Amino acid sequence: MKETKTIKINNETETYDFGMKMAEELKPGTVVALVGDLGTGKTTLTKAIAQGLGVSEVITSPTFTIVKEYESGRLPLYHFDVYRIGDIDEMYELGYEEYFYGEGVSIVEWADIIDELIPENAIRINIEYGINEGERIYRCTFWQ
Amino acid sequence: MKDGKLVTLAIESSCDETAAAVLLDGRQMLSNIISSQIDIHKLYGGVVPEIASRHHLNNVNTVVSQALEEGGVDMDDVDMIGVTYGPGLVGALLIGLATAKAYALAADKPLIGVHHIQGHISANYIEHKDLEPPFMALVVSGGHTNLVEVTGYNECKVLGGTRDDAVGEAYDKVARVLGLGYPGGPLIDKIAKEGNPDAVEFKRVFLEKGSLDFSFSGIKTGVLNYVNSEKQAGREINVADVAASFQAAVLEVIVRKTVDSAVALNKDKIVMAGGVAANSRLREMLANECSKHGIKLYHPSPILCTDNAAMIGCAAYYKYIAGDRDDLSLDAVPNLEL
Repeated sequence: MKETKTIKINNETETYDFGMKMAEELKPGTVVALVGDLGTGKTTLTKAIAQGLGVSEVITSPTFTIVKEYESGRLPLYHFDVYRIGDIDEMYELGYEEYFYGEGVSIVEWADIIDELIPENAIRINIEYGINEGERIYRCTFWQ
Repeated sequence: MKDGKLVTLAIESSCDETAAAVLLDGRQMLSNIISSQIDIHKLYGGVVPEIASRHHLNNVNTVVSQALEEGGVDMDDVDMIGVTYGPGLVGALLIGLATAKAYALAADKPLIGVHHIQGHISANYIEHKDLEPPFMALVVSGGHTNLVEVTGYNECKVLGGTRDDAVGEAYDKVARVLGLGYPGGPLIDKIAKEGNPDAVEFKRVFLEKGSLDFSFSGIKTGVLNYVNSEKQAGREINVADVAASFQAAVLEVIVRKTVDSAVALNKDKIVMAGGVAANSRLREMLANECSKHGIKLYHPSPILCTDNAAMIGCAAYYKYIAGDRDDLSLDAVPNLEL
């Protein structure tokens, strides 16, 4: 069953609370699709989810390499940034199916760029700036 | 062998570029072919196939044959095959690696896996014939920001790295915010020359005392917040001033940490590597600080700063001399540590 929620996040501490709580529920083969402008905190939310999964490595930006893999947590974490994907074929070349439908959790930044490849049952989070500095609005779609 | 010297064929495909090179005795470059810079018109006589970024499978054989041809050698002359096996994008690395293994097996040549960062540092050995370890290396690019203590050709220790964005990436993202286009590094470097670096105060992020790590994600947000608040207040943004101020904030931290660590560890040489090593302001600021401490500064020419295979060949040569060999079970390691 689909469930949509809008959540106001006031600061980075709340981002961590949200991400770490979300991590508890994640199952193998879950795709988390993040959509939001530069600076809305997509990587920060990913760091929070990673912490919740118990990943011990430092999560660094995957912008340059498109995907980074972390194996130290409860589930493998595949962190994508698809901003530099120019052509959807590139996703096939980097073997995205093995990540999305594999044993780990895939978090995809700029997921709207590869919308057609995002599985129907993905967790989607659209992040927008709030009114105050540091405030963010998360529009989430979960599947129960 | 050629002219009594060892011939290295090297392949690099860790990220965007497919590249191959041929070297003599590790430091003399006979050819250095990079897919994005290939003269495709010359190669195909006007019929232009797709030689695109990250299409390594389409590019790799063309690039290798051209490296051999331009190097004036054939497979019989080759003494070793060097290849990047990490870090990088696994699908990309695998194509270079599989190609290197196939050549190694078919032509019965030793295979040597190289760490991409070790390669970047080694680019300086090609450029500067007199350079020898030990020294401090600053590796700065779109994907990496590392301070590395180099104690031998095959020995080094990472002292610090980025905890979020690489420096080149911070440049790209800020360039996007400022509407300057891509790639951000050269564009910001250029426009910053016309700006005032003290116009906007961006926070210098040094992290905990004594840390040699970096963090560049905050300054990207800082620039965004500044641009947004100026827009909301209806004020015009002076792009050159913002670019110069951003660049000053980022480079001050890099220069301070690099020079401090060289002084603390008694190194009289600092070696720059990676794409951002081509940044003119970084070179200028580092040169300035180095001269105060009697440190000699080295950097490669632009073609050796960017991802290339010649640097991989040089690193492979020194591993070969030390007796290192890999077998055909060598696998790509996306998160390979130095």
